[in-house]
Formats: sequence, structure tokens, C-alpha cells
Amino acid sequence: MDRRTTLKWVLAAGALWPPRRNQDARANEPAVGRGYGTDPNLAVNHPAGELWPLTMTGAERRLAGILSDIIIPADGFSPGASAAGVVDFIDEWVSAPYSNFQRDRGIVLGGFGWLHTEAGRRFGKAFIEIDAAGQLLICDDICDESRAADALREAARFFALYRDLTAGGFYSTPIGRKDLDYIGNVPLVGFAGPPPALLKSLGLL
Amino acid sequence: MPFVTAETQQKDYDVIVVGSGAAGGQSAYTLAMDGARVLMLEAGRNYSATESPMFRTPDLAPLHGADTPDKPFGFYDATVDGGWSVPGEPYVRASEEDAGRFEWWRARMLGGRTNHWGRIALRNGPYDFKPKARDGLGFDWPIGYDDVAPYYDKVELLIGVYGSNEGLENTPNSPPGCLLPPPKPLVSDHLIRQRAKKLGIPVIAGHRAVLTQPLDFKHLPARLHPGNAVAQKILTDDMRSRTPCLWATPCGSGCAVRANYQSTTVHLPPALKTGNLDIITDAMVYEVTLGRDGRANGVNFIDRRSAKQRHATARVVILAASACESVRILLNSKSPQFPDGLANSSGKVGQYLMDTVGSSVGGQIPLLENLPPLNEDAAGGDQMYVPWWLYREQHAGKLGFARGYHIEFGGGKRMPGPDTGAGLEWLTGGSYGAKFKQDVRRYYGSFVWFSGRGEMIPNDKSFCEIDASVKDKWGIPVLRFHWQWSEHERRQAAHMQRTFADIIDAMGGRTQHAVQSDGAKAIAPGGSIIHEVGGAIMGSDPKSSVTNSWGQTWDVSNLFINDGAVFASNADKNPTLTIMALAWRASDHILGRMRRKEL
Repeated sequence: MDRRTTLKWVLAAGALWPPRRNQDARANEPAVGRGYGTDPNLAVNHPAGELWPLTMTGAERRLAGILSDIIIPADGFSPGASAAGVVDFIDEWVSAPYSNFQRDRGIVLGGFGWLHTEAGRRFGKAFIEIDAAGQLLICDDICDESRAADALREAARFFALYRDLTAGGFYSTPIGRKDLDYIGNVPLVGFAGPPPALLKSLGLL
Repeated sequence: MPFVTAETQQKDYDVIVVGSGAAGGQSAYTLAMDGARVLMLEAGRNYSATESPMFRTPDLAPLHGADTPDKPFGFYDATVDGGWSVPGEPYVRASEEDAGRFEWWRARMLGGRTNHWGRIALRNGPYDFKPKARDGLGFDWPIGYDDVAPYYDKVELLIGVYGSNEGLENTPNSPPGCLLPPPKPLVSDHLIRQRAKKLGIPVIAGHRAVLTQPLDFKHLPARLHPGNAVAQKILTDDMRSRTPCLWATPCGSGCAVRANYQSTTVHLPPALKTGNLDIITDAMVYEVTLGRDGRANGVNFIDRRSAKQRHATARVVILAASACESVRILLNSKSPQFPDGLANSSGKVGQYLMDTVGSSVGGQIPLLENLPPLNEDAAGGDQMYVPWWLYREQHAGKLGFARGYHIEFGGGKRMPGPDTGAGLEWLTGGSYGAKFKQDVRRYYGSFVWFSGRGEMIPNDKSFCEIDASVKDKWGIPVLRFHWQWSEHERRQAAHMQRTFADIIDAMGGRTQHAVQSDGAKAIAPGGSIIHEVGGAIMGSDPKSSVTNSWGQTWDVSNLFINDGAVFASNADKNPTLTIMALAWRASDHILGRMRRKEL
């Protein structure tokens, strides 16, 4: 994210709360390390942080976890996003040394800065310190870009990306696959196709 | 003798095959099984499908397997050292505008792009070899469907292709016993078939190179290699050792049990078993060399491990390096005798580059929401497809574009990945929290997508040449691409968009965006469908074509082009099956002429 955009966000939030130090510099920090190259080993596990260092600070990771769990909370079917490892996934994502991921880094860390500023403006506290009801008030304003106020468009774009990352990080894990009742990825002797009763109920047989 | 090096290669090969993909694999197979001594040169590293990350889940991969510039089709894609760019091996685009842009996907690995391809294996029909006779545009091939049909049969029998015979116009049936039974359709396939039918659009079984049952190893080897007991024995053993589809894990990651076609799992193992095939990997061919008699006597290549220039010799040279790479080798093979590149007396080398017209629309289908748990991994895609169905209307001039397209489509409860649950605002109004989880469950498996794959007519604005200054890291001059679509392709892409929206509408579904009525915006950039062919087209006149009907270059009698470069048109049908059929046919021809001492 460029400096102009970051400033625009800060101004949009009213800037009554002191912006976090070096907020835009943080979003623009160059990535550390190199990508995995064009011939990586596909057969071994690559836990987040192994191929390139994770770069979120402890405070950023705490905020990431709280926001992920607001988007995907635990319910009767499955745990919440952070329990599925989504914070590591997002940290790996924004730390990845590829230009398109660096764009996302700017949006995510810039958005974290906006949340901090907005929480301070409205509640006089950091986002992670305000109560759940207050957090939801802020999220409600930015959860749908098509309905967001003009001044909140950038923040809504951040929220949309963050929700996408949270969902992608969650549903691609064993916990997420179970939540969606995905039952494939097992070798079968034959493929029977959908049950005739189901096709009949849909008017397809 | 299998894998050798520049130092341990033999001196007396009958044939050099440059490239190891669909064309190179088929050529080496046909030649080696019939006793020719073959040296195959592959620019990339050795590769075995035992490296395939089968059954590995996204969470075990960096970024949960998401696409990156290093692996543009995702971490688990089989492609090695390839993609839209190859490190140290640039190419030049004459234009960066969408309308004039060309993208070139390469793979630097044994088996080339066959390791990750979609396995869609369609025959060209009779019209597809004589398109100019039908509508006056482009070029006719010097051969017709009947010349190639026996080789389509052979390739289908050898590699294993599922499909059905429907007797539809310009959509050939295969003779009895050629095709394997198609897989069962998914729920979304059933729905698409039912609703498309109301629009007059036929939905039939797809054709893909995936074993839905074991190959008939008792009968096929004798049918494929009559009178050749050694080849029959080798092929019998090889067919027995292939496992049918496990109905799981994506084909594009490679198949260690050899249930689908990759050159590395189907062509090369039996060819190596004959003892007649040597392979040098990491051998980047850049030039065909000529003897004093004006005939090819071998090739020069860079041994990528030592970065040294090497030479290999043979009686016959076959280029099967992919359409553009074969063109590059010809244009870089300059000599006093051939100052404009080898086999280029027509000036046509590099001309008439074609890709496939591509355009896609996705939709969400309420009828498919909240279905019970289903395993829909199936055969890995394209259980069904739509062949071009408007031949009559098009021929009557009612459509405004001259050539057709087929439709590939998909849906179902695919393995969740890093894009699952993304971009749902248009359906959810931006839900988050408990409601978002319910929404993702509701919509999971309710999406369908349609992709048109259409014929491009060759034109003189779409070509490649050698760039005047840029060289790759080996010092080899690189290609410069020029690209332009015609109104035929743009209108076809707009027609695709309307058709897909109509089908989605007939399914009771919605598209996220209004469909694109401007064909120039609907069409994918040149090269991006990875069906590039042409550049050294075959013909019946040495003045206007590069090779004759056997892929033999007009200018150099023992130099053949066996890959997609010789295509005189690019039917909507995906080119791989035709590449293999032509390579088998050309290789049979070469064997005959070698036996008669004509080569």
C-alpha cells in the first residue's frame, strides 16, 4: 500500500486517536527471504515460517486472531478460525516474498492500523481491548463494500480481503473440511455417482 | 541404455527426438517399439510421476497451496521449472495490451506439459481438416480425417480415453472398443444436461485420457503392434501395471499409479524397455546442424548442468519441442545456405501462430444448495461436455462468426482450498460470524462454471520471430510474439458469454456479474489457454507451407516436425490427441522410409 492510501485511511478515521507508530512504514516493509522457487519439494510438509520468516508482531497476531474469530467463531459444528491455525496462515500470507502477496500485506496491515485508529476514535481503546459489542459495531460498518460509506470504502476492502483469507485459511484445514462435510480425497474402487434418490428428489431422474 | 549424458551417448542413433511431451513421447514410443534407435533430448530435468503429491491436502502446503508466481497453477501442480515465465529464459511480447498480448506456458521437465494437462482428448472432425473448403477462411490441411482416423484409434487404445459415441455432426465416433466407459455424471452435470437440453444444447460424455477401468492388456497389444512379438510383450506388461482411476486427487498434480496419460507414465516406460531409447535430460537444443549434403546430421544443445555446448548425431531429426520452441530452434538454425533459419524458404516459419479462444462465466445455483455430503472428486473433471452444436446456423451465416466452440464445465463439492468461502458478498450481503459459517455451508458445492474453447482462424498478425537483442541465460536468442484476434474470435467469445448466462438462467441460477457483450473484453489473452499451435504449418505447396503432409520439411528431407507447429488450423478440439495421432503417423512414415533406405 502506498503512503498516500494509508494517510487517506488515517484521515478518514478522524485521526483523534494517535496513529500507531510507523503504521504505513510497517505495511510497506519489504519481504524477508525468497519464494520456494519453481521446483519445490511437494512431498514434505511446509509449516508456516519454514520457507520464509513470519513477520507479524505479537500485537498484530493477537489482533489477527480476534478478528478471525469474529469472522469465523466456534459454533456447534466446529471450532473457530484461530483454533484451526488461521493466524499462522495469514501471517505466512502477508509475509510471503511475492509481489501480489505484498499487496495483500499492505491492505491487511494498513487495515489493522485503521481498526486501531477507529477503535481509539470511537471507544478510546485499542480494538482488542473494546468489548465484543463495540468490535461488532465497527465491523458492521465495513463488512459489505457495496453498502459502506464512501469514507469507509478502503476499510471495507480490507475487511473483504481479511474475510477471504480467514475463510481460505479455515476451510482448507481438516477442521474446515469437516465443517463442510467434505468426504472426498480417499481412494475408491469405483465411482457410483450420486444416489438415485437424491437425483429423483431434485427432479433429475 | 536408458538415461545417458552428453558424454555417454552413442554415435549411431537412427533418430533424434527433441522434446519429451505428447509429440516427443509418441514419436519415441512408435520408433523404439519398431526397432529404431532413438535419442531423446529434453531441456528440463528428469521427472517421475512417483513425485506426484497425491492425496496431500492444502494445509500441508505453503499458503495452503495457493497460486504464486513460482507455481501459477498452485503448489501441487505437477509443472517443474515452468509456468508463464521460466527463470533465466525470457520471451518478448510486442504488445502488453490485452488485445495483442501473448502468454507462453512452458515446463522444463521430462514429459513436458503432459504432466499437468487437463487430459481432455477430443478428435478433430472431418470439417476441421478442411475448414477453408467449408467457409473460405484460413487453410485446408493436406490431409483429411480419414488419413488421421486410424491413428486416433491407435492413440486412444494405447493411452486409454473415456468417452461415448453420439454420432453428432463433426464430432467423430470411435470404432468399437476404442473408448473406455465414461464416469458417472455429478449432480451438477445432471442439472446442466437437463436444462441445456431445453435450450437445444447437447450435453454428452466428456473424452479424457483417464482409465475408468483396466486396459484390455490381453487384446490391445496385438491390435497395436501386429507381427511385433517384442512390442506386444512389453506393452502387455506395461498395460497390466497401470492402475485404473482412484476417483480422487487432482490429475494436474500427476498420477503415480499411472491412471491417466502423461508421457512419463504411458509413452516413455515401454519405449525405454525396448532398449532402443536413450534420453538425455537437461539438454537444451538450440540448433539443427547440417552436413555438406544439405541434410540434417544432428543437433547442438546446451548441457544445462555444465553449461557446455554439445552435439548429437543421427540419420533423422524430429522436432517435438512444442510449437513455439520448435519454431525457435528452426529460426536459430542459421547458415549461409539458410540465412533466414532452417526450413524457412517459404518465409512461413513462425507464421500463423494460433491459440484457442477462451471465455468463462460462473454462476450460483440455488437448487444445488444444502445438498447432503457427496464425494464428487469423480474422474477429476469434465465428466461431460458440450460439443459445438450450431454447425447449420453457422454455415448459413446466421452467427456472425465462422468457427465453433465446445463447452467445458464443472461444479460439485470439490476439495476446499484457499479460495473456499471467498468473494461471497454478492450472495451474503457481507455476512460474518455465525451467519457467515452457515452461508459458506449453504453455498459450498452450489457453484458451476462454464468455459468456452473455440477455434481461432490463423492470421498474419499472430506470429513469432527471433528478437533482435534479447537472449536467454544460455545465450540463445529468444522469441518475440505478435498477436491479434479477428472479429470472428471476438464475436465467438461474446456468444460464449451469452450462452453460458442462458444456461445458468435455465438452471435457476445467477451470475455474479452482467455477462460481457464486448467480445474484446470477454476473450482471454493469446496463449493463455495453452493450446498454441501453428508456426510451421503443413501444406501441399512448398511456397506457402513449411512441411508436407508427413511433417517432413520441404527444405531438408530428413528433418521432421512432429508437434503442434504443423497444425494448419486449430479446431475447437483440444490439440493434444491430434498431436499424438500425427506424431504416430509421421513416425510410421519415417520407419517405412528408413526401411526403404530413403532416409
